[in-house]
Amino acid sequence: MEVKTVNAATTPSASCALVVSVVAPLSADFTLRADVTLSPGITILFGASGAGKSTLLDCIAGLVKPAEGKIAVGEQVLFDSARGINVPTHARRAGYLFQTLALFPHLSALRNVAYGLAPISKHDRHQRAAALLESFHVGHLANKRPHEISGGERQRVALARALVTDPDFLLLDEPLSGLDASTKSRILDDLRAWNRQHQIPIVYVTHDREEVTALGERVVVLEKGEIIAQGQPLEVLHAPATETVAQLAGFENIFDVTVESLHPAQGSMTCRLAQGTVTLETPLSRGGEGDHLRLGVRAGDILVATEHPRNISARNILQGVVTLIEHGSRFVILRVNCGAQFEVHLTRGAVESLGLREQLSVWLLIKTHSCHLLERW
Amino acid sequence: MLLTVRLATVVTVLLLFIALPVAYWLTFHRKRWTFLVESLVALPLVLPPTVLGFYALIAMGPLSPIGRWYQALTGHTLAFTFEGLVIGSLIYSFPFAVQPFAASFAAIDPKLLAASATLGANRFRTFYSVIIPLSIPGIIAGVALSFAHTLGEFGLVLMIGGNIPGVTQTVSVLIYDQVQALEYGAANQTALILLIISFVILSIVYGTNRRIWTGWPWK
Repeated sequence: MEVKTVNAATTPSASCALVVSVVAPLSADFTLRADVTLSPGITILFGASGAGKSTLLDCIAGLVKPAEGKIAVGEQVLFDSARGINVPTHARRAGYLFQTLALFPHLSALRNVAYGLAPISKHDRHQRAAALLESFHVGHLANKRPHEISGGERQRVALARALVTDPDFLLLDEPLSGLDASTKSRILDDLRAWNRQHQIPIVYVTHDREEVTALGERVVVLEKGEIIAQGQPLEVLHAPATETVAQLAGFENIFDVTVESLHPAQGSMTCRLAQGTVTLETPLSRGGEGDHLRLGVRAGDILVATEHPRNISARNILQGVVTLIEHGSRFVILRVNCGAQFEVHLTRGAVESLGLREQLSVWLLIKTHSCHLLERW
Repeated sequence: MLLTVRLATVVTVLLLFIALPVAYWLTFHRKRWTFLVESLVALPLVLPPTVLGFYALIAMGPLSPIGRWYQALTGHTLAFTFEGLVIGSLIYSFPFAVQPFAASFAAIDPKLLAASATLGANRFRTFYSVIIPLSIPGIIAGVALSFAHTLGEFGLVLMIGGNIPGVTQTVSVLIYDQVQALEYGAANQTALILLIISFVILSIVYGTNRRIWTGWPWK
């Protein structure tokens, strides 16, 4: 996979990592408290709107002044409340792609890109800007104003503009939102190519899981101003520690549970669902008896049997009644009442061969390791 | 007439240089007490020109430090001179320049200013490369309005300029003179010229910009 090669080829040099540790008010209720090291390469920043993603980017760019904290890129301190350092935005050498793109409406594409090259001569400036536009496949639009070109073309111009200054770090706020899949993947290719040549920290805000897995070397999840998870995309998405990630990773079944007993020898524990009398065996994790946790099970991870299964490794076998069968476009959605409501996704073939119908008595099989414990909020 | 046009031109050019930074400051560097400055700047809109003229006359006279300083420097008082008229008109027409400037500055997407900063432009460069080009309609409006307003001022001119032909006698004062002398025909001619010029200028303003008279843009 391409991401892997990038990962292997990159030995993040500690000298140009972006180290951010800031406290900044977000709203009356929430405060951004971010403490994170962003190594060269692409870091995905995840989170619901209002979680503080844009504020974090603005702090790094110097557009918002944190209440306290420290921001440094390599050796260069950009902000340090204790030492009274606050480098102004124009001196931070940031590349920032805004969600709204913020292209200058009164300038042509070429002059938008050349804007960041003020210190060099006009001729060189325009030549470099033209070359970069060319490499982002919008060279032919150099003399067009932003309102004269399409959305995808505008995004390419804005990306070129953010990169032309050869920034020390790059901040991308949902740079590809609203684009069709093929345009998106072509721009992602361009960005990956650029990333291979320029190893700088890139912070990439997105909601799109495909972008995460296609681009991200690391994921940082922000919720209500706090960093609640970080790591490699597959780790974060597959072993989600919190409900935000769970929703991103697609858990159809989320339950409030109480830890009933621990079985360290088996590496498991028993949890009782808050609704009803159902207990589930889950992997042993943080927390002790009586703790309240949240548990997520993917609808596609649940097996269905029409008679009581024997000699099977699945530790959770729950008897229930099918309450609803819904034919979706890609699979069939089953709702089963086992004392708690479970959503199960099956293929159409499985539903037919089992002869499943509403009111039928069934058994649900859930592996211990299909029960994901999430932090409770 | 020539004197009046000269006064209006000098005042407008000076206002362009004074009102642009003030409008910038009022729009982008708001403090808790900025509203007091706004009120001060807007005062000439509501105050009778005689009130303004009275205080300007006092300030320019030998009783005030400014008046004494100017007299020591030049040998004559500021009052009843062309320079005195310029200063009085600057104050009088100030809101007519500042408000349209500030209104057009405030209408600029703040993200454009942020983008400019991230591209390495300091405030000064952002001002003349982004803010000014995007505010052209508002700047045209401010320039045209201050020109027209200075052209038509009367009370203030009479208070601080007196009525000295060739020195401080502007068109509006001339009309007053002509009416006093019962020269209605001449008064009509002069008045008609002023009416037409003012109408043309306002047509330019409203043709290029529809939202000038909305008061302070952020309220």
